Parts: sequence; C-alpha cells; structure tokens
Amino acid sequence: MLRQSIENLGNRTIQVVWRIGFATRFFLATLLHSGTAFRRFGLTIREMYFSGVLSLIIILVSGLFVGMVLALQGYETLQTYGSEEALGILVALSLVRELGPVVAALLFASRAGSAITAEIGLMKATEQLSAMEMMAVDPIARVVAPRFWAGVISMPLLAALFSAMGIFGGYLVGVQLIGVDEGAFWSQMQSAVDFEQDILNGVIKSVVFGVAITAIALFEGYDAPPTAEGVSGATTRTVVTSSLAVLALDFVLTAFMFRGIS
Amino acid sequence: MNKTILDLWVGLFVITGIAALLFLALKVGSMSAVNTSNSYEVVARFDNIGGLKPRAPVKSAGVVVGRVADISFDNESFEAAVTLRLDKRYAFPKDTSAAIMTSGLLGEQYIGLEAGGDSQVLKDQDRITLTQSAVVLENLIGQFIYGKAQEGAPQ
Repeated sequence: MLRQSIENLGNRTIQVVWRIGFATRFFLATLLHSGTAFRRFGLTIREMYFSGVLSLIIILVSGLFVGMVLALQGYETLQTYGSEEALGILVALSLVRELGPVVAALLFASRAGSAITAEIGLMKATEQLSAMEMMAVDPIARVVAPRFWAGVISMPLLAALFSAMGIFGGYLVGVQLIGVDEGAFWSQMQSAVDFEQDILNGVIKSVVFGVAITAIALFEGYDAPPTAEGVSGATTRTVVTSSLAVLALDFVLTAFMFRGIS
Repeated sequence: MNKTILDLWVGLFVITGIAALLFLALKVGSMSAVNTSNSYEVVARFDNIGGLKPRAPVKSAGVVVGRVADISFDNESFEAAVTLRLDKRYAFPKDTSAAIMTSGLLGEQYIGLEAGGDSQVLKDQDRITLTQSAVVLENLIGQFIYGKAQEGAPQ
C-alpha cells in the first residue's frame, strides 16, 4: 500500500519532468523551424485570421464594457475626494498598464488558445501530422510555427485595441454620461500616461503573454493523447494553464517594470 | 501565392491594431516630453527635496521645460544632488534659481525655475547655486508653534 503510493508519486514526478523537457524541446524546435512561417507568410496570415481577426469582436466588446465599468466605479470613488477630473488618469493607466494586456490575454487564451489546441489535437488524432511526416513535410514548420507567430503578432494588436476601446468606453460614460469635463479628462490623462513607461511596457507585456499562450496551446495540442477524451482534456488544460501563466507572468513583469515609479 | 479575401481581413486587423497603438501613443499618452538627444543637464543641490521623485516636471513660469533625471545623495556636503534634464530650446541665465514646489495642496512636487539676470546661460553639467528646499509640513508647524511661544512669553 505505502510502497504503491510512493511508486505512484515517483512515477508522476518523472512524468512531469519528462513533459517539461519535451515542452522545452518542442518550443525550441518551433523557434528553429520558424523560417517557413516567414518565407511562406500566407500560412501565418491565414492563422492570424483565425486567431486574431475572429477574436476581434469579443476583444472590442469586452474592452468597451471594461472601460465603461471602470469609469462608473472610478467616478464613485473619486467623487468622495472631489477629484472627478482624475477619472481619465484612472481609466487610462489601469487599462494601458494592466487590464488591457491581461484581460485581452485571458480572452485570447480562451478564444484562440483553446481552438489551436483542439485543432492540432485533432490533426494528431486523425493522423494528419503523421501523414505530413510521411510526405517529408515537417509538421512543426508547416503547422505549428505559423500558428505560433500568428499568435505572437496578434496578441499586442488585440491588447492595444482592447485598451483603446476601453478608454473610449471610459470617455463615453465619464464625459458623455456623467459629465466630467472633457478637457480635463484628456489633458490629465495625457500628462499622467507616459509613452515609454506605460504604453510600451503594456505592449511588451502583451507580446510575452502572446508567446506564453500560443506556446502552451500548441504544446498541449501536440502532446494530447489521440482520443476524444485526450483532446478535450488538453483543451481544458490549455485554458487553465495559460490563464495561470498569464497572471503569474503579469506579476513578475509588473514587479520588473514598475519598481521605480510612484 | 494569390491574394485572398483573408488577406484583406488580416490587413484591416493589422491596420486597426496599429491605429489603436497610435491612438494610445498620441492621444492617451505623451511621448516623454524631453528626449536625451536635444536636452542638457544641470545639477541643483537642495538641503531637503521633500517628496520629489525622478521624472517630476521642471517648470518655469508654469511651463514644463524639462524633467528630473536623477536624484542622489551627496555624502560630502550631505545635500541632495538633483540632476535636471532641460530642453535645449530653452536657455536659462547662470543665476537662475530653483525651488521645489507643490502643485495644489496634496499634489505632486515639481521644480520651479526662476530666471535671473545674468547675460551668460547655463550649459551642460552646470550647477544651479541658488536653491530653495521643499517646504516640510512638520518644520512649518514647528516654526509656527515656536513663533507663538515667543509671542506669548513675558517680556
């Protein structure tokens, strides 16, 4: 009994280490075989359509609502200090620094990451990947790398759109609905938000999130057991793991980027 | 490779994404007002800088003319050495004075430059000698109480 459970524990540990090693090798192979993704850029563009363009609706609508809620909530709090004009700063800084990259990444993980895993998992289950190998086509170069670069390119664009849409939503609620002074809203925002410190750091964050999400999604798909259960489990794992990875990475990146300020 | 309708959508996506970034850069944020290439640095020493932070604005007559580049402690004179990065477009006389001020009652602190009358102008790595430290609330209250006590003392 005891011996059995210890054996199980050891077995599971070895499996985890094995998987991490395989994931690292897979990630490096994807980077090494990225040549095709750029030489035949049509492949990457096709994937950008599926993971980027089709995510636009959810990103834009969520961004609008997040911005509107931020403005409502921020106004309630700022009102008690008589500084409603700072609403622009609150909305812009929280969106550009945190909410834009993080929420867009979480949405991207559940919208595009899960789709990537399911697609690659099914390709493996129906032996399309093996068929490619038989025809001397490297599935990593032909299938995996274009999806990876499409995700990495799409993610910062989606995050920027999310932030812009959120600020527009904040403007709608704050200025048009509640009646904060429009000049103060924009000018205070401009004086507080710095291009390098805030906007560029937000873009860097979203690029890192893009790499993490697509790498996890691709690996889970590639590693999925070739059964219906296996693919569904891999899809769930993609969403859970990449969401956790985004939040953990966000903490690390924020600690690095904003240590010196305020 | 043929052009497809897909390319059109992806092109639109990329363009709107870049437009959003531009919107963020131009409308929401301000490019760091002073970049290193067309600026010069001067050093000002203060007895007390209060809550001044790097990147705080440097204003003259209310206009932002530069930013605080660096703050360090001089262990020889026991003063704070504040490096100001000023825009090259603005030249100040050598006897310009610097004071640490607060915008509003609880606002952020900034450095106010008051131009002097010297005919020579400040150059890179020059020193501003006339400085006025930040007003520390505790000192102010201390002085007030001291003054009151003096008033009430029997002659």
